Order: sequence, then C-alpha cells, then structure tokens
Amino acid sequence: MKILVCITNVPDTTAKISFTDNNTKLNKAGVQYIIGPYDDYALARAVELKEQQGGTITVLNVGEAESDPQIRKALAIGADDAVRVNAEPTDSYFTATQIAAIAKEGGYDLILMGRESIDFNSGVVHGLVGEMLGIPSFSPVMKLDIEGTTAKFAREIEGGKEFLEAPLPLVLGCQEPIAEWKIPNMRGIMTARTKPLKVVEPVAVDDLATLDQYTLPAPKGACKMIPADQAETLISLLKTEAKVL
Amino acid sequence: MVLIFVELDNGSIKKTSLEAVAYGAAVAKATGTTATALAIGTADAAELAKAGTYGATKVLHANAAELANENAMAYASVLAAAVKNENAEVVVLPKSGLCDAMGARAAAKLGASIVSGVTELPDVSNGIKVTRSIYTGKAFATVDVKGAVKILGIKKNAIEAVEGTGNASVETFTPALNNGDFVAKVTGQEKATGELSLTEADIIVSGGRGMKGPDNWQPLLDLASALGAATGCSKPVSDLDWRPHHEHIGQTGIKVAPNLYIACGISGAIQHLAGVNSSKVIVAINKDPEAPFFKAADYGIVGDVFDILPRLTKAVKEAK
Ligand SMILES: Cc1cc2nc3c(=O)[nH]c(=O)nc-3n(C[C@H](O)[C@H](O)[C@H](O)COP(=O)(O)OP(=O)(O)OC[C@H]3O[C@@H](n4cnc5c(N)ncnc54)[C@H](O)[C@@H]3O)c2cc1C
Ligand SMILES: Nc1ncnc2c1ncn2[C@@H]1O[C@H](COP(=O)(O)O)[C@@H](O)[C@H]1O
Repeated sequence: MKILVCITNVPDTTAKISFTDNNTKLNKAGVQYIIGPYDDYALARAVELKEQQGGTITVLNVGEAESDPQIRKALAIGADDAVRVNAEPTDSYFTATQIAAIAKEGGYDLILMGRESIDFNSGVVHGLVGEMLGIPSFSPVMKLDIEGTTAKFAREIEGGKEFLEAPLPLVLGCQEPIAEWKIPNMRGIMTARTKPLKVVEPVAVDDLATLDQYTLPAPKGACKMIPADQAETLISLLKTEAKVL
Repeated sequence: MVLIFVELDNGSIKKTSLEAVAYGAAVAKATGTTATALAIGTADAAELAKAGTYGATKVLHANAAELANENAMAYASVLAAAVKNENAEVVVLPKSGLCDAMGARAAAKLGASIVSGVTELPDVSNGIKVTRSIYTGKAFATVDVKGAVKILGIKKNAIEAVEGTGNASVETFTPALNNGDFVAKVTGQEKATGELSLTEADIIVSGGRGMKGPDNWQPLLDLASALGAATGCSKPVSDLDWRPHHEHIGQTGIKVAPNLYIACGISGAIQHLAGVNSSKVIVAINKDPEAPFFKAADYGIVGDVFDILPRLTKAVKEAK
C-alpha cells in the first residue's frame, strides 16, 4: 500500500502570535514550529498501517525550507521519503492544487491529512484534493482500518460518530483517537538524515485569494472577580450587565 | 446572485444556517443583488420559507431520496449545480464539518475561491474583502477574494441575525446525481439523541479535570439543564473517557462561539482557550486564584466547583 501523508509546518500550539512588515508577515522570532497536531495523528496511523500491512509512506509539505526540520521529524517517525513543494502556502486552493499534482504522479492508495491546519483552520484542503483527483474524501476521521482495497472508518458527526466503508483510493482528514502521537526514536532520527527529501517547484495556479493584512484581537478587559460567598450574584450580573441570559 | 446553503436538522433549519441566510442577504443587499437559499433533505415548505424572513427571496429544495443521508460529495454536486443554475457569484455556507467538506469539493468543481472561518460582513467597496479567523482564534486575516465564484464559510456570530417579514418562494430543485458520489456505504451510526449541539448552543457549561471524575458531573449537568445549555469538556477529560469525545473543546477539539461559556475546573491552557476565544462572555470557576483561565475570562469565581455549581443552579431557577 502506498500512503501519502500531507503535513503542515505550523507554530507550536502555545506560540504567541504577532506580525511584522506592516502586519503582512508572521513574526517568527521566538516561535517554535511543529508538525500540525492533526497531521501528526494522520502520520501516526499511517505508520501503524505500514507496520501491519507493509507498504511505503511519503510525506508531503507545501512550504519553504523552514519546513525541513518537521519533514525530517516525520521521516524519523517512520515515513520512507518526502516531497516538499517549494512555495509559501497562502491559499487553500493553491495548496490543494500542489498536493493534487504530486498525488496524481504518485498513484497513492491512501492520502491522509489532518482534519485542519492550525494556522489557517480551513478544514478544506482534503475536500479540494479529493475533488481534484476525482476520488472520495472524508473528514474528520477518528478510526481507520484497511481490509484489502476497502477502508473501514469512523467519522465524527455532530453528537456522535458514523461508520463507513469505501473503496481505495481515498483522501481522509484525521483526528484523535485514530492513533497516538509518535515520538521518533534514536534509530529513526539517524536513518531520517539519509532518507530522500525531494524539493520541487510549484505548478501555476490562478490567484484566487490574496492576503491583505493580519490583525490581532482586541485585548480582553479585566476579569470581574466575584467572591465565592456571593457566587449567586453572578447570575444577576450575567442577566443585567452582560445580557447573555 | 448570492446563494446560501442551509443545513437541516430533523426537518428544521439550523440556527447557524439562519445566520448564514442573514449574512448572504446582507451581502446581496450591499452588492445590489438577491439571495437564494439551497436546502437539501427533508423539510416542509413552511419551514423552508423561514429563510425568507431572514432575507432570502427564493429557496431551492433538493429532496431526492438518495440525499437523505448527509453525503458531502453528493451535496457538493447539488451545490455546484445550483451555483451554475442561478449564476451565483457569492456562496455562503455556515461553518460545520458537512459544510467545509461540501464547500471544498464544490470549489474544486467550479474553480472557485474558498475562504472559511469568516467572522464579519465583507468589505464590498472594491471587490470582496473578508476577515477570517486564523491561528485558532489568536489572530485574523483580511483576504481579497478574487475568483469568479467566491465561497465563504462563515463562523457563528459573524452577523446578528434578526428575523424580519420577508417572503421566499420555495422551488423544487432536481439536478442530476452522480453515482460516483455514492461509493461509500454508511454501516452504522452512534448518536446521542436529544442533546444540544455545541456548535449551535448559545450557552455552554464545560468541565475540566477539576471535576475529579466521571461520576461527579451531575452538578454541572444540572446547571446546564437549568440554563438550557450544551455541555463540553477539556481534552484530558475526554481522553480519560469521563465524557464523550464529541464534547472535547479546544485547539484539537471543537471550536465554539457561544454567547456564554462557563468553565468549571478547567485550568485555561492555551490549547483549551483556542477553542473558546470566540465566545462573547466567559465565566471561569476555579479553586486556584492563579489559574490562567481568569486572564481570559470576563467573570471569575475562586472556589470549589462542588460548592459553587449547585448554588448557581439554584440561583438560575429562582431567577426564572
Ligand atoms: C498539541 C496539544 C493540543 C491540545 N489540545 C487541547 C484541546 O483541544 N483542548 C484542551 O482542553 N486541551 C488541549 N490540550 C491540553 C492542554 O494543554 C491542557 O493540558 C488541558 O486543557 C488541561 O485540562 P484541564 O484544565 O481540564 O486540567 P488541569 O490542567 O489538570 O486543570 C484542572 C483545573 O481544575 C482546578 N480544580 C481542581 N479541583 C477543583 C475544584 N474542586 N474546584 C474548582 N477548580 C478545581 C485546578 O485548579 C486546575 O486549574 C492540548 C495539548 C497539546 C500539547
Ligand atoms: N501547506 C501544506 N502542506 C501539506 N499539507 C497541507 C498544507 N496545508 C494543509 N495541508 C493538509 O490539509 C489539512 C487541512 O488543512 P486546512 O484545509 O488548511 O485546514 C492539513 O491538516 C494538512 O494535512
């Protein structure tokens, strides 16, 4: 089985976000980067499927050279090779077009992604890629097994889950508890250094959406503390002052 | 023309979808055109006509038997057909798993721009510029949307939806369906019934590890029930199986935007806050005065949840 795992290179979940260049660039000073947490679940499940059934895992990132440490980490966790499309991913349609181009060439049985990226939070790249390739896509997937050429999986729906079966190839957006995040071991880290990482240039895409500028939310006012022995007054404050009851 | 997809839940239009209609109608008004709603699945004409009271002038209703299940691929095909039929330039979708998936597939079919997480009405003075939430609520981006068709996924509370007196005609819509959209077989479903949905709820009462165990949830459930609120939890709580996974709120869970979020025994880690920072008003109850949640909250009580929660429930009941 050939598996493609698409990973994002994103600021750590605890990162403070600020901007530079007239609010048109993320201020990267002091920001730690990680593999997107949902992408990490996708990768972990891919490694488990490979352990069970054999096959290969390719990781793919649309991003600039600063993604390479995260790509190497994915290789250390268990991917066999990697492709980076050398471009700043600014728009979902652009990113999806790049992924679809690589996927078409590779003929993958399974394309695993995260349910959403934690920078753009769009939750749309899997659907775009699925449609561009003319294959089904599902998200968010919380359980996945492969039997022959059939995927048996569970998808989170509002208030519960739905169980499905569909023929490969498929695009799936993953979330926990599909697998536990994996930490690279020493051997993985050593072998990752020599695994192939191919850098390719992007294919041309019409400009469908362009960033104008970034803004930060207005700072939160001070928290009004209510003494515990007067907790009941909270209810009247929510009614009369905050007007949310 | 502005086309709005409205999501149905047991034959009723969801509240977030009525907001989407109001949003689409406002965009239509600002750009000198009309708004049409598209509903897929079973609903009666009187319910669908509700879209009229939020500003749509027409409702397309696709109700083929094959569309009874929420199938994002088939729904995307219906949406794309409606865009072509109506010559829609702007498509508005509420934010949900179904809508993200169908919007994405429709965008690829149409070569359309797609921007999701939109938080307010667009600037239409020169093209269409929208503001969207990024970095899980930690920032916003203003984006110039350029495609001939522009698909906008809007977040809850992107507009204050006010019911008016407008009228919409309801028309049956029967586009050709593709077999390829039906290759997946649904083999089962587990769904909590009668539960308020977290993404629709105006009030959420949420519990963290400070609730101490799965058997201690009753005081929280009582307050939720008195307030007509949905219930949520922090990640460790669902990881420990104290509460079902679909209640998990935060960076790696559901992002919510209620009018009121009450956090009980949740420390306020940045990953949890990322899922709740779009709430209008936040209340934190925690026995530790240094808990980070107090920095993100509007109201705070330093105290023991097992003492405070029953008293709040009583106060809510007495205030009724
Ligand atoms: C990549 C990543 C993603 C994550 N995503 C999420 C996410 O989506 N959502 C999420 O919630 N977390 C997420 N986390 C975990 C997050 O960092 C915190 O660990 C988690 O939110 C803590 O949950 P908690 O507040 O319930 O528990 P704790 O941190 O243990 O806090 C319990 C709180 O309860 C208080 N307390 C204890 N007893 C009482 C009492 N009797 N009365 C009142 N207060 C009491 C304590 O003072 C404490 O503040 C993520 C972490 C990582 C690394
Ligand atoms: N720049 C990128 N490179 C590789 N994969 C990506 C990229 N952006 C998004 N993806 C994949 O698409 C998923 C959904 O992203 P999004 O639609 O941005 O929320 C992510 O979890 C990734 O698996």
